Parts: sequence; structure tokens; C-alpha cells
Amino acid sequence: MQPDLLVGAPGGAPSLRSITPRASALNHSEIDTVRDGDPGVMVTGTASDSHTWNLVFLQLLLEELGQEVTNLGPCVPDDLLVDEARRRRPKLIVMSSVNGHGATDGMRVVEKLREQPELAGTRIVIGGKLGIAGAGNTRHTAGLVDAGFDAVFEEGAGLGLFRSYVAALPVGASR
Amino acid sequence: MTALVPELPAVSFGGFVQRAHARGELVVQPRMGIADPAAMRAGLLATKHADATTVGTITLDSYTRIADHAAARRALDSGADLNGFPIVAHGPEVTSAMLDGVRDAGFPVQVRHGSACPQDIIMALALSGLDATEGGPVSYCLPYGRTPLADSVRNWTECCELLAALRGRGIEPHLETFGGCMMGQLCPPSLLVALSVLEGMFFAQHGLRSVSLSYAQQTHPGQDADAVAALRSLAAQHLPTLDRHVVIYTYMGVFPRTPDGALALLEQSAQLAARSGAARLIVKTVAEASRIPTVAENVQSLQIASAAAARVTRAEASADNQVHAEASALIDAVLDLDGDLGRALVKAFTLGYLDVPFCLHPDNAGRSRSYLDDAGRLRWADVGAMPIARLVGAAERRVLTSTDLLTSLSYVERTYDGPALTGRTTTTALNR
Repeated sequence: MQPDLLVGAPGGAPSLRSITPRASALNHSEIDTVRDGDPGVMVTGTASDSHTWNLVFLQLLLEELGQEVTNLGPCVPDDLLVDEARRRRPKLIVMSSVNGHGATDGMRVVEKLREQPELAGTRIVIGGKLGIAGAGNTRHTAGLVDAGFDAVFEEGAGLGLFRSYVAALPVGASR
Repeated sequence: MTALVPELPAVSFGGFVQRAHARGELVVQPRMGIADPAAMRAGLLATKHADATTVGTITLDSYTRIADHAAARRALDSGADLNGFPIVAHGPEVTSAMLDGVRDAGFPVQVRHGSACPQDIIMALALSGLDATEGGPVSYCLPYGRTPLADSVRNWTECCELLAALRGRGIEPHLETFGGCMMGQLCPPSLLVALSVLEGMFFAQHGLRSVSLSYAQQTHPGQDADAVAALRSLAAQHLPTLDRHVVIYTYMGVFPRTPDGALALLEQSAQLAARSGAARLIVKTVAEASRIPTVAENVQSLQIASAAAARVTRAEASADNQVHAEASALIDAVLDLDGDLGRALVKAFTLGYLDVPFCLHPDNAGRSRSYLDDAGRLRWADVGAMPIARLVGAAERRVLTSTDLLTSLSYVERTYDGPALTGRTTTTALNR
């Protein structure tokens, strides 16, 4: 398994610094009670994608941007994602895929999510390597938006747009 | 090898590797899976005829891995791309014919798949005359999806028993644990070593007599040498009566993009294998960072790795090291939980005695964290509930940012691509 990332490796700092864990665990299994108050962000892989590092990276990035994150991890079956989204009512669902099936898997599951009355107003976005055509993957964008995504962040778009999108989120759950 | 180890038949994966090891030859093996039987056969023949001591690989596709054999069949019928050989959809007749005249006493073949529910796969390979595969209840479950660990343990129990039942008529089934590769990168070596040994013990408990224990090359050559010494020592301690060997995987994380960087990393892994007394190496290629490699690229890697291994002499690290101390404590804690290894492993993850850093599986506690120190060694930043706190010095406390994560994930890629991009040789950068 080549752990592709959501984005190519950045021009990172040359020296590595020691790191220690955040107060919050990465693992959602410890976050099994739904809190009152500001609904958080849900990070999830797609049904067929077993990659994890992209999901870990997104969780850390969202936490840096001040968001509470629930991470469902890789290979999340459609029905489980729908059930978890209905139960937790996140203000934003971030779907990430890098195995080339993202457009197909995303199209299918976003329609199931939008069928739920309580998720009609939830922001849902997708990003990563969404097809197998490299730079040509942007051809999937319009179809994904038509299917129900609020935004599509294909790999080439970089993270700046995604950061801006998250930073602009209003407090509360409706779009 | 001791007298305790069983006598192995001529056409057996374990026996072939054992004999090559006794001759001082490192067995090299590609990762290779092609849907079309003729092309798969050609890939195996190219592997067989490479200028190296080789064994063959049939890597299965993603649909077969999740037991969606109907989807694999549809892809075959419609000509859609598959990322491996769908052994169940093809069926034993097609697979046997594909292997006819390819697999023999001088060229064993192993099936690699990544499934947490592999019963169909085991049946298909057995009916095709094959006897060697790879996996494990933890290593093929936690990193790759949401299958409950207890279900994976049940599935792998059945599969071990299926495999063990093949023994006889010149067959000695062989199973390799994938435990030395959890998440590919950023898992400290002691946990990789512990999981390899524990999964090997699980295989033995369910009837296997010929196993291999994996270790994936990580970020620091010295730490890797310590890890393999620890793995060999702990395997001898806990699996004394099994035919066993250590298999090294060339780095499984973000790979160098330059050909020079990729090949330098490959050579480093071959030297690690040869020096440390490992018997087999699974290679990566110059194409690894960008796409599935061609057969020719795999043959190039097999030959380069074999030559690199032949240039070094065996010089094992002492097993009395930090990796051994931590791995030994982890193994003992798990063995104390239950006499049944499957139950012990489930309990260990429930209690957090085993806790894979950055693994998002619901059955993984997710409290452990790792970091790379200034020399590139993997260290624990937090051990969670793992029983090794007294063995691990206090880490410098710092919050892990998303940038830190990317920097850590790309450490090896930068280390090996940097010299290639500036015209320096890589070895000088690494032998600090």
C-alpha cells in the first residue's frame, strides 16, 4: 500500500522536531457520545479506499483551524456513513479519497446522504485524487456538485482553497 | 536452523528459502499482480528468469480482497482495469494452467492479497495447487478498513486451519505475517516486531509449521538492524519448533521520486536483509512513487537488490537492544492475557496493550503517538496504555501539527531524493 496523501509532499522544513500528542485522541472510538453545542466536522474515507494518512492529515489540519473532528477512518460503507451523519449531525462532512475511485464512490454516497431530510442542509465536500486521470480528474467536478457536493477539491487545487472554505464556515449547522 | 525444525518437502516455499539461505543467497521477490492470465504468466516467467534467486508473487485485486468476486468477474467480462489477479473469479482451472510449467521446485509462488476475510482466496489457491500466502488477523485488518478485529481473528483461524489441512503429498503450507508493516510508516519498530512474532505464534497455534516473519524497512539503518536482530531472537524464543525465516520489505511509505533515490533506498534494504540474517526481501521499484511498476522495472529491482545483498557480509546487530526490550515486554503482556492467541490479541487491543499510532480502526485505542528524532529514529511520543512506559524515556512535549505529519511522512523520500537532486551520493548522507 502506497500511502498517498491528499496533496503531494510540501516543501517541508528540513529538520524534524519532536512531536507529542494533542489532548484529543485521533481515534473516534473514544468520542462515542454526541456533544451538545457546536456540531463538529466529520472526516471520512470512501467505501473502497483503504488509505489512512490523508484522513489523519485532514483531522490535524481541521483541528488547527479550530474545529472539533470525528474521524470515521478508511473503507467506510455507505450505510454506516449515513447512519453516523444522521446521529452526529455534523456541520461539515469532509470525504477524502486517493485510490482513483473517489468520484464513483462519492457520487453514490452523496445521493444517499442528501436523501436524508436531516442532512439536506449539511455541508458536504470531497477531495483528493478523485479519478485515475491525474490532472484530467477535474472533469468529475461538475457531476459531483450536481450529485450533491457543496465543493470539490481535486488534488491539483492545493490546500489553500480548502483552508479558506473551512475558515469561512459560520457557527452552527445550516448552510 | 536447529534439529527441532521439520524436514520440508522439495516443492515448498519454506524449504526453497531455507536452502537458499544456507547457500548464503538472499531470496528476492516482487510485488506483482496482473489480471490477464497470459500477462501474469509472463510476469512470473520474467521473475523466474531474472539474474537472482527469486520466488514469484501473485498479488490479488481490490475486489477479490473484499470478497466481491462478482465485481471482479464483471471487470474481467467487460475488460475493465483490475489492479491484480482475481484468483477466485478466474477459478482453479485458469490459475493452474497459468502456473503450469512456471511453478516448480526451483520457483515457488506466493499469493499476496490483504484480505480480512480470505476464506475464498485460500480455497482458490489450494485448488490451484498453491501453498503459500500472506496476512494475519491484525495486520490485514486494522490498517485497511472497519472489519471488527474479532471477526478477522475468526476468519484467519479458519484460514490457518484450511492451509494446515493441505499438509501431505509433498506439500508444506507456508504463511507470512504482514505484522511488520502496520500502516507502512511511523510505527516504531518494537510494535512491528511484537506483532510479527504474535501473528507467527497465532499461525503456529492453528497448525502452520512453516512461517515467515516480516519487518518493513523504516527510517534509520541502525534502528532497523536492531529491530531485525530483536525479531530473530524473539522468533527463536517463541517459535523454536517451526520452520521460520525473516522477510524484509523495502520501505513501504512515501517513496523517493528520483530513480537514483529509489534505487539507493532499495539497495539499503537489501543490505539490511543480508547483514541481519534475513532470508528474503520484497522489493520496490523506481516507479513506486507514481504508478504500478512494469514487469521490466520489477526485474531491474530484483537484480539490483540481489547484487547489493551479495556485496555485503553478514554482521548481525546485538539482540540486546531497546527494540528487543520493548517488543519482549509487549509480547509477554499479550501472552499473559489468554492462552488462546486470537482472544489474547483482541483483549490486548481492547485494553490498549497494543496500540498502533495513527491507526483509525474502531478497535485500536488510538492513544499512542510516534515521532522521528533528529537522527531519524522512530520513537514513542506517547505509549498510551502499552506496558512499556518504564522502558521509554520521556519525549520532548510538543503538539503534532498537520505540517509536522507531512514532514515526517516524507522524511525518507527527502533523505534519498535530496542527494540525487544535488548530485551527491546517498550513502554518505545515511551513514552518519
